[in-house]
Amino acid sequence: MSLVLQGTATDWAFSVRALLPVVLLALTGLVVFGINSLRPDGRDNKLLALTSIAGTLSALGVAIWYLLAGTGQPTHGGAISLFSGAIIVDGLGLFFTAIFASVATLVIAASYDYFESDANPASFYSLLLLATTAMGLMAVSNSLVTVFVSLEMASLPSYALVAYLKDNRGSVEAGLKYFLIGAVSSAVLAFGISLVYAATGSLLLPEVAAQIGSVGDLNGVLGVGVVMVAGGVAFKTASVPFHFWAPEAYEGAPAPVSAFLSSASKAAGFAVGFRVFATGFQPALDIGIDWGLLFGLLAVVTMVLGNFAAATQTEVKRMLAYSSIGHAGYALIGLAAITAGASATNATVMGAAMAHLFVYGFMNTGAFLFIAMVERWGVGRTFEDYAGLAERAPMASLAMAVFMFSLAGLPLFGGFLSKYVLFLGAINAGFWWLAAVGAVTSALSLFYYSRVVKALWLESPTTDLDAVGDVPTGLYAAVIVAGVVTVLLLPGFGPVIETAEAAAAALFA
Amino acid sequence: MILEALLAVTFAAALLVFAAPDEYAPKLAFGLSLLPIAGSLYLWSAFESGGNALTGGEIAFNTVVPWLEVAGYQLQWYVGLDGISLPLVILTTFLTSLAIVSAWTPIDERQSQFYGLMLLMEANLIGVFTALDFFLWFVFWEAVLVPMYFLIGIWGGPRRKYAAIKFFVYTNIASLVMFIGFMMLVIGLPVNSFGLPEITQSLAAGELGNFFWLPADTLALVAFAAMFIGFAVKVPVVPVHTWLPDAHVEAPTPVSVMLAGVLLKMGTYALLRFNYTMLPEQAQYFAVPIAIIAVVSVIYGAMLALAQEDLKRIVAYSSVSSMGYVLLGLVAFTEFGLGGATFQMIAHGLISGLMFMAVGVIYNATHTRLVGDMSGLADRMPIAVWILVAGAFAYMGLPLMAGFAGEFFIFVGSFGSTVLPYAPVFTAVAMFGIVIVAGYLLRAMQGTLFGPFNLETDYELDRAPIHDVAPLVALLAAIIVLGVVPSLFFDMIRDATVPLLELLGGGAP
Repeated sequence: MSLVLQGTATDWAFSVRALLPVVLLALTGLVVFGINSLRPDGRDNKLLALTSIAGTLSALGVAIWYLLAGTGQPTHGGAISLFSGAIIVDGLGLFFTAIFASVATLVIAASYDYFESDANPASFYSLLLLATTAMGLMAVSNSLVTVFVSLEMASLPSYALVAYLKDNRGSVEAGLKYFLIGAVSSAVLAFGISLVYAATGSLLLPEVAAQIGSVGDLNGVLGVGVVMVAGGVAFKTASVPFHFWAPEAYEGAPAPVSAFLSSASKAAGFAVGFRVFATGFQPALDIGIDWGLLFGLLAVVTMVLGNFAAATQTEVKRMLAYSSIGHAGYALIGLAAITAGASATNATVMGAAMAHLFVYGFMNTGAFLFIAMVERWGVGRTFEDYAGLAERAPMASLAMAVFMFSLAGLPLFGGFLSKYVLFLGAINAGFWWLAAVGAVTSALSLFYYSRVVKALWLESPTTDLDAVGDVPTGLYAAVIVAGVVTVLLLPGFGPVIETAEAAAAALFA
Repeated sequence: MILEALLAVTFAAALLVFAAPDEYAPKLAFGLSLLPIAGSLYLWSAFESGGNALTGGEIAFNTVVPWLEVAGYQLQWYVGLDGISLPLVILTTFLTSLAIVSAWTPIDERQSQFYGLMLLMEANLIGVFTALDFFLWFVFWEAVLVPMYFLIGIWGGPRRKYAAIKFFVYTNIASLVMFIGFMMLVIGLPVNSFGLPEITQSLAAGELGNFFWLPADTLALVAFAAMFIGFAVKVPVVPVHTWLPDAHVEAPTPVSVMLAGVLLKMGTYALLRFNYTMLPEQAQYFAVPIAIIAVVSVIYGAMLALAQEDLKRIVAYSSVSSMGYVLLGLVAFTEFGLGGATFQMIAHGLISGLMFMAVGVIYNATHTRLVGDMSGLADRMPIAVWILVAGAFAYMGLPLMAGFAGEFFIFVGSFGSTVLPYAPVFTAVAMFGIVIVAGYLLRAMQGTLFGPFNLETDYELDRAPIHDVAPLVALLAAIIVLGVVPSLFFDMIRDATVPLLELLGGGAP
């Protein structure tokens, strides 16, 4: 097999090769099903976890390989269009697939210990893998139909994952709330898509873009449609005004699932947002449908609301849930600022938002997985309960301190550079007010993130910590790996931002 | 590569000590801390003075390696030394070793973490004084805060958590203000790297453009003010000094030594490097308000010291007073003003280190720091007490000690300043501060050291152990050597500061 895929062949073997990362994820999900149906009585937790990790790691490997080899990128024949243009494999899709696969790997490693005593872990792994597959599809969807289908494909397993602890009231309630808001926003998204179709007569994003110039009197219909599609993106990324589900779902769900949703699912929402708005709705700006301003306002409200709400929480997991909303606000800056016009500025700011989501994938997943570890130890949920954990678990607490400082944007870890590049990009694009709100809210965020560090390292234990110190291999490894990557992303940020900017630039070419 | 080696050795030493068992950590940390001393002495011996690193002079031991490129700016690993930074590097390595020895008595829990953090802080401080790329510098600058936060927060006194958080929040907000100011400046410049020499030379060539609607002149003033505020918190000057007494009183002795001895110098070093090198005309514009701040810091700091009953608070407030002199020297912008300010940074580092250590030795023996709780200690602890007296005289500016040289240079420089209006008036008022210094130090010593012996606490008073006294002797020796032969450092400092005068077209000697 050649390193580089070229041409426009339409045979199925070519399609599989082009979509190999997604196909690998789907296959692994089916293999997990298969193992379970062959041995319905065996729990096989280790076998299932190792199979799943092998699948996500190979998907990650292939995605990185394609990114390095230039598959679907301008240097090697440009984006690969499949299935009559409904699917497009390019740098953006591969970059986001790499994020999903990395997060899924960490989450699966952690789940091996978290669901140790679960009766049937196979259903968990397969749901997770299928959700990851669907996210991979979201990132390569080039038509509003595939966008909708893959978004639903990702959402349905997610509802089940949130409600996975069937005997836990909080988990089931969270699942229900997530499902209800999800159903509403799906309806909004579907209606929005139909309005766009009514106005432009097409569902393929490039054709939508081409038709926008000639919508004439239907521009009002198109405008409402665009706003509604933006609502669908806001739901998936947990942004205002469809953010209500996020605190409940992240808090009630098992912590590995919270990690998965707040990192990978959010990134998937942005993958869709970037592609739909950059490819499909860019010309709408010329006929007065200023979705950049819409996203700008949503970004401001999301940043402010997420960060202020996080500052008032008493439970660590809920604080992280709100902080996750705040980070959606930062990434929305990337979506708002791609309306500036010049394609170089657009690529810079969108690449910066993508790189931020990449770094966020590690630091936020790590933080939620640390919470998973604490839940396993059973020491409680509030800041007070976390007091003195560093004495018993110094390495994990050190990693948690790294995540917190990185999320806050202290310039010691990857989270600083990604935020910085994003804000600088926003300023260059003329959106200095977004950068200003971002800088102020990140300064505020240091307050509540440092509360966790203070509890872990400075306070003396208030509760019995006998259970602490038990070292679950998979969970521990996932936390440490996420911590090491977060640190290494400061010196090694260069390749990430270059890849992201190149992928973004291809959309504006 | 020698600077990289110095940094790598110090970082490696920190990691080694972290991993070492508690019982070996103190001696191991001291042994390893001799390596950076050897390194800095080698730098001193191999150093050839060649002007100011920023204004186009020769940069010693420099390395430039591209790091990553963001939004059109090249970030680099860029380190080097000149006559301003080399003395500060030597001060850092020297003082860290002595502070480590002074920690042997008071620090009796979690030793390996304590000494590891001390060495980690040393490494980052060396980084601050050697980095010549803004981003690299900023990473080190912030990285100093984190060990300091833990050192105060874990090993401090009863209100340590409050003090640690206050320190952390104050300095981080200050960093943000400074960062924003500097970024606005850079965006207004036609440079494509964050190299401090490039930025300085571009500014000197008058290439500053507009920042959006802000005209260049206003931009320069805004940037100067933002950076001044950011650095002033670090120095600290009145009225943003309130974190300092809290941090000092709660911090254990060795941490106070580092805080007063080196960390405060980061503020004045940055003022000199950024505000007074890059924006000398704006410095002239703001000369009178800043001179007022300087003089108020001198007098008000000294009067606050006069009102304290706690020996450590007395020394802490006296630092505010002494750093006011440094600021006065900078404002004066003359050969002896700038040179004296830099020299005073070193002198004050040694003297305040000595004072904090001596107070610590007394506290180790008496377990009280209140002036009213003790008297007549001279009989029981003669060596420690006489060194404390010598340190106090150095503080008051006794000739042939380093403090005299520093303050004398500053007064000579500021008296004849042409940049600062009413320079003689400011100088005269500041000189009056010395009288107050003499007042509070003599009062404190008379109360505690002389007269009939009395101690309110129930501790047996013994001679201080040899490892408590040895660092005091070493510091006193250094103070006397620098006082007798100030040219050891002053020659290279003058080589690096005189080129700055040309920025304003000369100025009085």
